[in-house]
Amino acid sequence: MSDRIFGLIMICVAAGYIATATQIQTGFISDPVGPKTFPYIVGCVVILCSIMILIKPDTEPEWPALMTFGRLLIAVVVLAGYAMTLRPLGFLLPTAVAAGVISYQISPRAGPAAITGVGLSVGLFVIFKYVLGLGLFAVPREWLG
Amino acid sequence: METLSLLADGFAVALTPNTLFLAVVGCFLGTIIGALPGLGPSNGVALLIPLAFSLGLGATESLVLMTSVYYGAMYGGRISSILLNIPGDEPALMTTLDGYPMAKQGRAGDALVLSGVASFVGAFLATIGLMLLAPMLARVAFLFGPAEYFALYMLAFCTLGGIASNNQAKAAIAACIGLGIAMIGLDNSTGLPRFTFGELHLMDGVDFLVAIVGLFAVTEVFVFIESHGRSSAIGVTLGKITIPFRDIGRSMVSMLRSTVVGFVAGILPGAGASLGSFLAYMSEKSLVRDNHFGKGDPRGVAAPEAGNNAAAGGALVPMLTLGVPGSGTTAVLLALLLTLNITPGPLLFTERPEVVWGLMASLLIANFVLLVMNVPMVKIFVKILTVPPWVLLPMVTMISFVGIFSLSGSTFDLLLMIGFGVLGFFFRKLDVPTVPIILGILLGNDMEDSLRRAMTISDGDPTYLFSSWIAIVLWVAAVLGFVAPMFLRGVLKKPQAVTD
Repeated sequence: MSDRIFGLIMICVAAGYIATATQIQTGFISDPVGPKTFPYIVGCVVILCSIMILIKPDTEPEWPALMTFGRLLIAVVVLAGYAMTLRPLGFLLPTAVAAGVISYQISPRAGPAAITGVGLSVGLFVIFKYVLGLGLFAVPREWLG
Repeated sequence: METLSLLADGFAVALTPNTLFLAVVGCFLGTIIGALPGLGPSNGVALLIPLAFSLGLGATESLVLMTSVYYGAMYGGRISSILLNIPGDEPALMTTLDGYPMAKQGRAGDALVLSGVASFVGAFLATIGLMLLAPMLARVAFLFGPAEYFALYMLAFCTLGGIASNNQAKAAIAACIGLGIAMIGLDNSTGLPRFTFGELHLMDGVDFLVAIVGLFAVTEVFVFIESHGRSSAIGVTLGKITIPFRDIGRSMVSMLRSTVVGFVAGILPGAGASLGSFLAYMSEKSLVRDNHFGKGDPRGVAAPEAGNNAAAGGALVPMLTLGVPGSGTTAVLLALLLTLNITPGPLLFTERPEVVWGLMASLLIANFVLLVMNVPMVKIFVKILTVPPWVLLPMVTMISFVGIFSLSGSTFDLLLMIGFGVLGFFFRKLDVPTVPIILGILLGNDMEDSLRRAMTISDGDPTYLFSSWIAIVLWVAAVLGFVAPMFLRGVLKKPQAVTD
């Protein structure tokens, strides 16, 4: 079933891809192939292969339980939040929070997770900033004046 | 003779204190990366590229650092295979078959030393093979026109697709996803945007490093969260390290044979180290008489290690001479070269000899450094294995974020990287291989360019693609590489890793 859904999604994606490709502007000096042909070929191969998967799907993979999916979703949200706060809030705070949450999700014990978060945040900052010389800011840039 | 004088120039580059230091650091980091389960060579190199790049290292220096990491990871993979029965990376899978039984018999130290020596034999001889073969192949590569290159790209995708997955259709889809992503951005020949949807961030296309780090490192984090980070307690004790001369002597023939097998497997575009160690183990199993492979035979430890390290060297041959990577990790190394504005291929050997020969000389040096690290100093790395996953994985996550962030400073790239991580997680569940996606993103534009140039030369005649002997041979090999695994799958059934 999973494979069939995957096949269907890929057919839709490929169809959308080909439809987008038809909109590509062709320059006035163009070669015999042009900028559209290769995307067309790629899209068609995907559709062909997806049909093969629809006809002959593999055995069902082991999907995680709903709870695990919830945990993964939280991880994705935390990481996205980390990506968006890394610049405005500086390195230390977002890194400590994100590292702590990821650690907690792998092994749910609050104490070690918090220590891991803070330890990684400070440790990595020292390494990145002072050993490797990357241009990171520890705290929001406004604080530094 | 010419090779020797070029190599001497290479040593002049490699023996500068700076380069030497980077080689040692690379070997050390690489061995750690290889040893830690869940952090394979492609992961490790992908994580470190953005950092090396933002450090502002020169081309030769970055390449030396990264290939040392690559070689180091290949050596290091065996440590957790032997001690934990969990392969540190995929090519080390075969080493669990005899390495772990040996460790359980109380011979963990012997197995580590023996496999360290086997790694050295494989990697050292393969590096020499690389030095002899690469310049020759580079000369042949001068005969390659756009039609031949197009066929070569097909060959890379087909052999990789044939091996990477149990389902060719899925491998082909993965390759096409990569090729499709490569099309995003400004078209090389018309300069007009494609698939950018008016988004400014997409004008330059999708940075392959973002895709690589997302698909490898971020996916790994999700997989660990799902599995709740299996504990990786070392179940066997490691006594005093002594050198098992008898075992080394007895398995020398196996090491040498496996080196040849692994090197050839490595050269095949798309095949790589996993195939190298697999073929080496299987051929030794059938060649060696009165063996007890699978029950802790020292030769069963030596063969796959020599094979996978030799394949690691072999995989550099097509990457350097043709710009077509022979494995997932060399695909990542290719990304490094492209980021450094170095175009691999025959011209690299004539225009940037200091890069090529400096690299080869440092690989020779790296092998000796690795031998020292992996035999007398192996206990240090065994200690590192006790780092629990709930510290390791958050660290990997943070390093990947900072690496990508320091490259572009773009939040968009970070979000895209998470997206690739999620995609990688689902694809791994569905047994859709992710290496072809990377290869597609890396080679997509060149592949399209060679097709368009071929068609311009021939004025739109598709038969031009099959007009030379080289092209025809490559096409035939491509078809065979794609189809053969379907028939051989039953015969060459991969033994599953025992995870207890």
